[in-house]
Amino acid sequence: MSSKAAQSEQEKSQSKEVETEEQKIQKREEPKIEILPLEKSIVDKITTKFGDKVTLVYAKPKRIKFNITTEDVVDFARFLHDEIKFDQPISVTGIDYPKDNIIEVVYHIGCCTVPEYRSSVFAFALRLPRDSPNTLTLISVYSGVEYHERETFEMLGVIFKGHPNLQRLLLPEDWADIPPLRKDFGIKGR
Amino acid sequence: MGKSTEELYSEAEKKLRQEHGRAVKQIREELKTTKQKADSSLHLKKGSKRDLTDFPKDMQVEESEEGRILTINVGPQHPGSGHFRLVVQVDGDIIVGVDPDPGYVHRGEEKMCEYRNWIQNIPHLERPMIADSCGILYPFCLACEEIANIEVPQRAKYIRVIMSEINKCIFELYWLGIYGIFLGHSTMFMWPMGDRELLIDLAEMATGARVTHAYFVPGGVRNDLPDSFKDRAIRQLDYFKHRLDQYKDIFYTNPLFLDRTEGVGILSANDAINLGVTGPVLRASGVEHDIRKVEPYDVYDQLDFQVHTMKTGDTYARAYIPYLEMYESINIIKQCLEKIPIGPVRTKLGPNPRGPAGESFKRVEAGRGEVAYYVVSDGTPKPYRVKISPPSFRQIPAMSRLLKGARLADMPAIYWSLNYWPVEADR
Repeated sequence: MSSKAAQSEQEKSQSKEVETEEQKIQKREEPKIEILPLEKSIVDKITTKFGDKVTLVYAKPKRIKFNITTEDVVDFARFLHDEIKFDQPISVTGIDYPKDNIIEVVYHIGCCTVPEYRSSVFAFALRLPRDSPNTLTLISVYSGVEYHERETFEMLGVIFKGHPNLQRLLLPEDWADIPPLRKDFGIKGR
Repeated sequence: MGKSTEELYSEAEKKLRQEHGRAVKQIREELKTTKQKADSSLHLKKGSKRDLTDFPKDMQVEESEEGRILTINVGPQHPGSGHFRLVVQVDGDIIVGVDPDPGYVHRGEEKMCEYRNWIQNIPHLERPMIADSCGILYPFCLACEEIANIEVPQRAKYIRVIMSEINKCIFELYWLGIYGIFLGHSTMFMWPMGDRELLIDLAEMATGARVTHAYFVPGGVRNDLPDSFKDRAIRQLDYFKHRLDQYKDIFYTNPLFLDRTEGVGILSANDAINLGVTGPVLRASGVEHDIRKVEPYDVYDQLDFQVHTMKTGDTYARAYIPYLEMYESINIIKQCLEKIPIGPVRTKLGPNPRGPAGESFKRVEAGRGEVAYYVVSDGTPKPYRVKISPPSFRQIPAMSRLLKGARLADMPAIYWSLNYWPVEADR
């Protein structure tokens, strides 16, 4: 009995150690940073305007990310451009999450005009179903996203409705495979 | 046999003339009818395409209501465009439509990143921009450091700034040389290419490689600077500054250069911001936006330098801003060489470094503008997604905006002023 008890104690202690390591990793994953006043002012403006339609992902120093829905995307971008003055499109990224059956389209928008926001980058993400990833184009707000959206279209198969010229950009014209940046497109030999 | 040879000759001549006259008449009539036919078809079928040649449809003459519009392919083999194709529509010599077509050197860098770990990703990420290999790699290292929470030694931060500024000059000299030759100024091709060698020697002294250094790693730089680096760098930079002064005399005040660039291809500040252009193109339109100043990384907040802007927004301004920035680079490198502390240059990482799940968006100011990386990690040693947003790709919308309405002869001047690098845009 005593030996068993000793074993169980050992196991317990081991499991405790494992737990503590996990806890450490978790702590590193989510360091609780209080939102700084500058970021908080931007977040407040958006939450008062859009309420529950948008969800805050994070508000780290100089980096803010929101999740929004396809219906609001043009209104949201218009509000961001006209009211908060984030006016410079930086990039459009598509990310494939086959486990969640989702394709995420992330717009990164910078600011050139308001001095206190110039160091910040605002990101908003659309989580689209992987079977029919459709969204609306933002060319009417940020004309520079035209080529970024074309790239996302060919690389991940996201369709931007209302885009004037949604054609292949970087891939060859006779490309006859699935969009290459989806996770189920494998590289030969890897 | 009564006819003499002279008569025979004259008869033959008469006959020949008659035949010739008939033939000429016939040809003239045929021409007239074909012309009438062509005119009538032109008149009737306004706005329709006519197959005049065996060329593909893109390259055929198209008749529209405004007149005859010719579609020309510039590139991808044209020496003036690099590996890049511009479908240009001209009416006379005025450009009326531009369709940029990148992708001839697409290598799938972003897909490759998903199959390699953080360290293995370093050498191939430099390939899109070998003329400025530190600038394109810098934000990747910064993003890795943020995700995995790696501290960088102070000395390594200074070395990174020095090397990225040297690389910036190397790129800008290369660009200036090609800009010179495409505006017909052969001396401006020879001089920067020669002076670039001296800076490449300097980079080789520190890193061991001439152009693709693979020098920056997450956690610092690969190796320390050699002892004699400071003296040689200062000597080299003094000479380089002296040469820059000469560039102004031979190129930037040259009346031919001024004629071809002043007032050509004007981009307003609002357009520049909305199109998302960066770097010298943005600053030439009067927007004072430099990542080194607005969001300082590493030690840029401890250095004293100036951000140059010009208000005209024309091709001359876009060509002149990089020139002024080379002076600032010299200034920054000299300050760093004075301030650099002694210590380690690299934080040792484990064999297969990894961070927790998370994401990071980092940007730096390279020779052509803002290079941004969006790195998403899922906690495994390989990045889940790496998005590169290179400055050249962001310059593409400005290209079609500026070329519309310009003369065909201005195309090289406008195109090269955008600091466009096809390999970097295609990735």
